[in-house]
Amino acid sequence: MNSTLRNTALALATLATVAGCAGGRPSAEQQAAYDRDTAEVMARSFREQGIVKTDRLQQDEVMAACSKHGHAIDDDLRDRIQESAMAAIKWPSDGNYLGDWKEGEKIAQSGRGLTWSDKAGDPNGGNCYNCHRITKKEISFGTIGPSLYQYGKLHGNTEATQKYVWGKIWNPNAYTACTNMPRFGAHAILDEQQIRHIVALLLDPKSPVNAE
Amino acid sequence: MKGTRYAACVAASALALMLPAMPAGADATAEGIAKYREALADGNPAELWEMQGEELWRTARGPKNASLEKCDLGQGPGVVKGAFVTLPRYFADTKRVQDLESRLLTCMETLQGIPADEVAKTPFGKGEQKSIEALVAWISAESRGMKFNVPTSHPEEKRMYEIGKRAFNYRGGTHDFGCVTCHGEDGKRIRLQDLPNLTKGPDAARGFGAWPAYRVSSGELWSMQRRLNDCFRQQRFPYPLYGSDVTIALSTYLGVTANGAGESTAPAIKR
Ligand code: HEC
Ligand code: HEC
Repeated sequence: MNSTLRNTALALATLATVAGCAGGRPSAEQQAAYDRDTAEVMARSFREQGIVKTDRLQQDEVMAACSKHGHAIDDDLRDRIQESAMAAIKWPSDGNYLGDWKEGEKIAQSGRGLTWSDKAGDPNGGNCYNCHRITKKEISFGTIGPSLYQYGKLHGNTEATQKYVWGKIWNPNAYTACTNMPRFGAHAILDEQQIRHIVALLLDPKSPVNAE
Repeated sequence: MKGTRYAACVAASALALMLPAMPAGADATAEGIAKYREALADGNPAELWEMQGEELWRTARGPKNASLEKCDLGQGPGVVKGAFVTLPRYFADTKRVQDLESRLLTCMETLQGIPADEVAKTPFGKGEQKSIEALVAWISAESRGMKFNVPTSHPEEKRMYEIGKRAFNYRGGTHDFGCVTCHGEDGKRIRLQDLPNLTKGPDAARGFGAWPAYRVSSGELWSMQRRLNDCFRQQRFPYPLYGSDVTIALSTYLGVTANGAGESTAPAIKR
């Protein structure tokens, strides 16, 4: 770290933001200045480590909009995000949505992948249990997302449900803009075959999600 | 006194060996954690770091063979009591907002001649980072039970708060995660780990005010910088530089959010 350089940059940035500061809620210009300062601070505060490069900090339109508005986005933006997400979903190449639920359970259990302590080429997990209740047996589950226990029983193992669950895993923003759930297909966290297995975990009547 | 502390530490390490790193049986894990808390209620192993930290503060070290006793943590040179709950804050000598750890780097460099850049590049738990872990344990303990009162009157403090708020909500990476994904709502969990809602006072005071903390699962003392570092790892973000402005801005945001809402418990004991 070159602290002289950094201090100069800080001092300049401060001048930019302090101008017009009268206390109370920051003005629109001041907010914009803080946005710029944030971009600058983000850009100089990280380095690459292992498989993780600093390009992870680049935001696409969805990330930028969701960072700014949280879950409180206006209708136009919501429609735009959802429509473009939906249009870009890749449906299964062979038209087959269901894989092997046993493989799906392993993927749902695994929280591995894509951190700087993971290795290149190791298969990624789905992290599903971090956020969802899924089977009855696994009681170590998170609550960031809704329970998926008995999902197939409740919604039916129909083609419409299969298609929805596939799309949801591929890009959940297609249905809920600015969701907390990752875009597993769109961001190549999981591949087609892995997604098939997870759809089976949720919908196959023999899967413990529905059978137990 | 030393004896009971030592016994508690031994008990902690023994328990640590029993606790699986990944929850195999959820019940067993939850029970194990509850047992720890009980067993360690009056003997947090962080006390060992606290004792070392106090000694380090007073020991002449480094190329300049000086102690840290003249270090100004914001309450005047050498004043440690109450300093922790008013950090991060603006320092006129460095012209920047600093958290406890980046401030310690400044003091080590100016008073002792230990190069800050090298300490910043040292991996956690090694070399001079070990000294920092001991120092933050002691310094935070000197504010135990005090309410957070992180200042926002200097424009630079206000600016870092605003940047911290934006960094907290900054979603990116392969998983679209930001701090807000895991710490933006009440009563959520990842697996069995409770996630504080760091956007609200009481949880921010509880969550931010617990670190540095002794981590039972690793038997180490983790500073706030290390806590944030591991959350960025889980977030699939790149590696935050030690003492970088994003980490200080985040601590400013969390500390100001915690203001008046609760008391510091650091160094606490954690999973
Ligand atoms: C970081 C949190 C997180 C992770 C990881 C996560 N989800 Fe979700 N999930 C959510 C949230 C929040 C919702 C509710 C909002 C929404 O519909 O997008 C949700 C909704 C869903 C729904 C829709 C439920 C309904 O009835 O409409 C399905 C299906 C689902 N998730 C499946 C999965 C699967 C399968 C995985 C793993 C491959 C997974 N999720 C991983 C957070 C997560
Ligand atoms: C993918 C999930 C995730 C993300 C993203 C995340 N954290 Fe965390 N955080 C956790 C978990 C899980 C814990 C619980 C600590 C543990 O035992 O590992 C935690 C603990 C903490 C704590 C200590 C709370 C306490 O009660 O002890 C703080 C403070 C914190 N995180 C801040 C942040 C900040 C700031 C960010 C963004 C830079 C962030 N976290 C991003 C999962 C996350």
